Amino acid sequence: MSPRPAQSNTSDPEVSRPSHAAVPQGSKGKRMRRRDLVGYFYIAPAFLVVGVFFICPLGLLIWMAFNNWPLLGSPHFQGVTNFISLFQDTTFWDSFWFTTKYALVVTPAIFIPAYGLALLVNSRARGTGIFRTIYFLPVVIGLGTASLLWVWLLNDQVGILHQVLVRWGLLHEPALANANTAFVAVIVMVVWKTVGFTMVLLLVGMQAIPDHLYEAARIDGASWFNQQLRITLPLLRTTFALALIMSMVGSFLAFDQFYIMTGGGPHNSTITVVYWIYRASFTYFKLGYGAAMSLVLMTALTLLSACQLLVLRQRTD
Amino acid sequence: MNLPRQSVWRVLRSVVCSIIALLFLAPICWSLLTSFKVPAEANAAPPQLVPSRLSGENYGALLVYGEGMPRYFGNSLIVATLTVIGIVLLSTLAGYGFSRFKFPLKGVLFLALLVTLMVPFQSILTPLFLVLRTLNLQNSLLGLALVNITFQMPFSVFMLRNSFDGIPRELDDAASIDGCNSLQILWRVLLPVALPGVVSVALFAFLASWNEFLAALIFLTDSEKFTLPVMLLNAQSGYLGSVDWGLMQAGITITVLPCAILFLLLQRYYVSGLVSGAVK
Repeated sequence: MSPRPAQSNTSDPEVSRPSHAAVPQGSKGKRMRRRDLVGYFYIAPAFLVVGVFFICPLGLLIWMAFNNWPLLGSPHFQGVTNFISLFQDTTFWDSFWFTTKYALVVTPAIFIPAYGLALLVNSRARGTGIFRTIYFLPVVIGLGTASLLWVWLLNDQVGILHQVLVRWGLLHEPALANANTAFVAVIVMVVWKTVGFTMVLLLVGMQAIPDHLYEAARIDGASWFNQQLRITLPLLRTTFALALIMSMVGSFLAFDQFYIMTGGGPHNSTITVVYWIYRASFTYFKLGYGAAMSLVLMTALTLLSACQLLVLRQRTD
Repeated sequence: MNLPRQSVWRVLRSVVCSIIALLFLAPICWSLLTSFKVPAEANAAPPQLVPSRLSGENYGALLVYGEGMPRYFGNSLIVATLTVIGIVLLSTLAGYGFSRFKFPLKGVLFLALLVTLMVPFQSILTPLFLVLRTLNLQNSLLGLALVNITFQMPFSVFMLRNSFDGIPRELDDAASIDGCNSLQILWRVLLPVALPGVVSVALFAFLASWNEFLAALIFLTDSEKFTLPVMLLNAQSGYLGSVDWGLMQAGITITVLPCAILFLLLQRYYVSGLVSGAVK
């Protein structure tokens, strides 16, 4: 008995499909409405959480920026006062330029070795997978933990890296005590921790390039360098653009590495925007002022993300 | 002429790869080795390369440091577990809803969720702190987990909607004919097929929660609520006396270990999640 309807279903798909599609037509209004409610039921829990912990704070942020908002006690409205003091706050703009400088330096510092590593491990040779895994391993370590690890490596008493660098004559004082060497130290740590991530992104892009393009180039006598220049780089253009923007946005939000490795020092020379927001809000308890700074940061990041959307649209066209 | 040259290249490539691999592993291995040194040798200046003997003393000291390692490890584990459960539950339901149902404003709502991806949580720290305080969720592990869930949500819903979209609708129809309601279709038919996507989402949620530093630093104020990264920072800044470097390395090793093991076991899911999250 039971196989029969199944059989008629499979042998006669053209008949069964129209009749299936006709079902909602029979009682169109009611069925549609019930399906509607069911859809909302499934997405409602996610939107409840996002609403409470994202939309509410986002709305509150805008309101806070126009208030004098202490941690304790009641806030009061003060118009654009926060923004006026923000534009006069040299510490904020110093941190803004420092963050920009950091993002502009760290992005190529990650990209160039990532490209080299991707070329190295883009091979079907045995054992390459192990190297890929090893280069990627630091990515899954937390940025905070990695920072703590490198503070120890660079410690002038017990740090092995400090010893090696001093012996080679590359370092004369504790690396994190000098603004320039501290900046370099943070960048080296971040490259170690994140280069594997960019490597995998580039690798995926490289593997999507069809082999026959390289074969044709080889037959035409193109050198390895020319193949990179004329085939790989142009075809990786969108991968590059996306990874670059991700790296820029990520670098603009830098906090952990500077908070842990340099503490913003020496002489407040390594304070990032998020660090300064953190200090204003949770050390000086000027929450309204912190909110105004957050709005400026958000605007900068939205501009970067808009670039990302532009790149994506270009690719789908 | 051609063959030997190729094999020279191959050997050269392996040598270069191996040297770089050593450089990548060195910090982790050095930390691991130091964690098993006798405390006096772990704190020796300048550092000694070869330990006279291996010892578990640093781990013993860690066990009773502050509130005790089990407490901090447990806190991290509770937050990560709550985050993983919450994100898997909510993003599976929402991904299914967006993939299989038609409802007014669907496109707008999905876009709204993706916009969340563009506003990083660092930029709404201050109001988020106030919201948590109002809800009595400040200084609470559940509150931290809810923050993690929120900011992991857009990626996870996006990822799982794509997973469900990749499953032919004929499966739903067949199950529906067999008398399954929509929840049973999801649970019995679609979820087993979409499992790789769910594993990716869970893995990303775990790592994000386990490694979260800034939110834990701000939203947790009692030392008995601290997660591992915050506890380690306090230990390194000499919060309870002078810094014990051997204990630090034992703590770092214990913090890194779960992430490393999970990644090595579930590498495939990590990379597929990364690719679909970043490239699509």
